[in-house]
Parts: sequence; C-alpha cells; structure tokens
Amino acid sequence: MVNQVNTEPKSRADMPKTPYSAPVIGSTGKTGSWRTFNPVIDYDTCNRCRTCWLYCPEASIDLDEDGTPHIDYDYCKGCGICAQVCPKKCIEMVRAGQEEAT
Amino acid sequence: MKTLLMSANYAAARAIVSARVEVVAAYPITPATTVPEQIALLDEEGIYKGEFIRVESEHSAMFACIGASSTGARAFTATSSNGLLLMDEALHWAAAARLPIVLANINRSVSPPWNIHVTHDDSMSKRDTGWIQFYVASVDEFYHTIIQAFKVAEDERVLMPVMVSADGFVLSHTVSTFDYLEPEEVDEFLPPYKPPHWVMNPDNPVSHGNIVFPEYYQEFRYQMHEASKNALKVYEEVERDYKRLFGKYFGGPIDQYRCDDAEVVFTSQGTVGAEAIDAIDELRDEGYKVGAARVRMYRPFPVEPMRALASKVKAFASFDRGVSYGFGGHVANDIRAALYHSPYRPIVKSYIGGLGGRDVTVDDIKEIILDTVKAVESGEMGPEETWHDLLE
Repeated sequence: MVNQVNTEPKSRADMPKTPYSAPVIGSTGKTGSWRTFNPVIDYDTCNRCRTCWLYCPEASIDLDEDGTPHIDYDYCKGCGICAQVCPKKCIEMVRAGQEEAT
Repeated sequence: MKTLLMSANYAAARAIVSARVEVVAAYPITPATTVPEQIALLDEEGIYKGEFIRVESEHSAMFACIGASSTGARAFTATSSNGLLLMDEALHWAAAARLPIVLANINRSVSPPWNIHVTHDDSMSKRDTGWIQFYVASVDEFYHTIIQAFKVAEDERVLMPVMVSADGFVLSHTVSTFDYLEPEEVDEFLPPYKPPHWVMNPDNPVSHGNIVFPEYYQEFRYQMHEASKNALKVYEEVERDYKRLFGKYFGGPIDQYRCDDAEVVFTSQGTVGAEAIDAIDELRDEGYKVGAARVRMYRPFPVEPMRALASKVKAFASFDRGVSYGFGGHVANDIRAALYHSPYRPIVKSYIGGLGGRDVTVDDIKEIILDTVKAVESGEMGPEETWHDLLE
C-alpha cells in the first residue's frame, strides 16, 4: 500500500525502499518548552484585529470564527512579536513560572 | 510506426512524446542543448503534452525531476559533461529515493581543457550513483532505449533511475532515420507510472528522506544494490517484449557481432561499437577470427553475459573512451574484475583512446584488434594498457 509506515522493521522485508514517515503532531518534540516568556492575551482589551495571528512566525496562534486569538503553547517559542505588533498593546510577555505573580 | 529523419537529440525529444513523459526539467549545455530545445518546440506546438520547466541550473533540473517523480509523474531531463557533474548530489538522491527518472546524457569531455566533443568520463564517473546506465550507438537505438529506460526504471524490481548516454556530436548531431512510435502505440508497453511504495500527495502526506541512523542505513543501500542487479534480468525481459511488440532489438546488455567462433573480441561502448562492425568484417575477410561486443548496459555490469562471452574467446581488446586516473579504462577493468572469480580468464588488453572527440576510425579499431591478435599468436601479453594514437 502506498505511503504505509512501519515504525519498527524487524527485517529487510519490513523496510521501505527509501525512508519516509507520516506526519505526527509533535514528532520532533513540542518546541513550546523553549520559551522564556509566555505571551498572555488580555481578552477584555483585544479587539480581534488578527494582527498577532498574521505576524506569528510559527503559526502558533489559532483564531475562533469571530477572530478571537488563542496561543498554542505547545509550539509558541515566546519570541514576543505578537506583543510587539499588537495595536492595543494587550499581549503581555510574562516570564515563564511567574504567571501567578502578575 | 513510421520512419522519421532526425538527429539523435531530436529523436530523444520525440521519445519523450512517445513515452508520454509528464515533466521535463532541463538546462541547456552543448551538445545536449538541442534535446530540451526540441522538447520546448514540441511543447509550444502542443505535441508534447507534459510540463516543461525552465530551470536555472542542472542541479535544479534534477531536483525538479525528483520533485515531479515523487508525485508520481514520469520525469525526464537531458544534459552533458559539466552539467551532469553539477547534478551529482541530486543523482545520488534520485537513486536513493528510488525514483524512476530517465536522463539522456550526451557524452562530452569534462573541462579543462574546454572541449565539447565526446569522452565517456562524464557518465563513467557517475557509475557509483545507483543510476542504471546504457550506452547507445545509433539514432534509432537512442530513441527506443529511452522508451525502454522508463519501463526498466518503473519496474517494481528495479525502481532506479536510468541514464541513457549517446556520444556528443558523433551521434547527438548526426541525422539518421529512426522508427517513431506514436504514444498510442507505446501505451500497451508502457502504461502510466504508479508509484508502488511512496508518493508525495497532500491528501496523504509523508515526509521523505528522513534521518536513518546506523541501525537501518546499510539495509537501504543493500536494497539499492539488489535493485540494480535486478535490472539486468528485467532489461532482458523488457527487450523481449519490445521485440515482440515492435520488432526492435538492440542486442541485450552486450550486443555481440560475429562473436560465436571469435578468438579475439573487441569491446567498446557507444558509437565506436558501430564503427567496429566494419572493422570486424574487413578483418574476417582477411582471415582473422574476430568479433565485436558492445557493452550497452554498464550498470548493473552484465557480469554473467560477460563470463559467457569470455568462455568462448582467447582475448579481449577492450576499448575505453575514458579513463579512471591512476587505474585505467573503466570498462576494461570491470571486465577483468568480472572474470577474476570465473573459470574463464582470457587475456584482457586495455586500450584507451578517442578522448576529446578524437576520431576512432575503422583503421584505428583494426590496429587495436590486430595488436591483441598478435599477443594471442605470440603468447606474449604485452602491455596491460595502451593509449591508442598518443603523441610521442
């Protein structure tokens, strides 16, 4: 069968002719663990303009149908671009582990 | 089938139409240029139905073919010499990705010194990439071998890319008749390519070329080695089918001429093999028991057919239009290696010549063969390697 993946071949007969793999979420690790600062959105101030979504270099911001942004912390690397470009300045970069303090 | 009159390069372009190639990506380089040039014209006229991608280098040409073939498209390119060498990384990639791409290589000398005429060094230096290699001797053979090449490449027992090499200018720009097949005539022989194992498809995505550590790497290479060796048997089948369907046969992996009772056999690749036929006829008329064997398939090396031939002869006069620096003629040394572990160990005298497009005439070939005949008759092997027609 085309594009069938066998993850642990026991013999040559189990092996593909050339290496390929099917995509799996987080197959190379969830890179969100790299963050030093976490972006936190103040939804009361956010006007759903989508600027953060447009600028996020990791495509780690998803939108609801009404444009409400949600940060995917499994992959967000904490670069802070969303906070920088936000016209309402309603995304705050909070040092990881200090969320309670704010 | 109809007879057309064209250069080998134009005939190669027609083979792309006959084989219903879907993607051609090519960059011009003399003397291969007129292959993509003619395909571009056929594209403009709507005769070639596939895509023609104008790329910025040969490296890109081969990677565009790799991309196309990965999606299941039948892909083709043509190049020469330095262009082939610029593809090097991609040639290894195409073979290891097991993609049945076909490449027409118009043999041209590698520079410096700058030279646009034939030497086989360009493709011979690519013999270890995994590509199946053919060398042809006529316009008709070039056209039909390209069609056959897709059949060999796409066979599930092979799944390796195929390079069909033709001598620069001597063949590429020589106009001759050939028997053209309409795509409708070829369909039964060459149905559409369907990748049997993996394919780039956004609806069922995979990533290819993943990292493989020591646990498995060697097994991928072993599979390639097996696949390449399978190509010898597969090609014999392909040629049998081709002969049945179209009445065309070019002599198998080693095209032999008057070898049955020959004591000395002249081996060569490419157009010199066609020239050798006249030399053999003249020498036969003069009473010498000689024959000619043209090595059409160079990778995989036709070990068993070569041993079978060796069992009948006293000596080979093996002619190489190229050199592996520090060791000698590519094919002569492969013949020697193929016979070392066989009971048949005739003399193998190596001759190197015709480099940079220097003419190899009937008289040259006769002189080489007679040098080997002399070695057989005198019992003195003489030099293992002779550079033919070398200035003092």
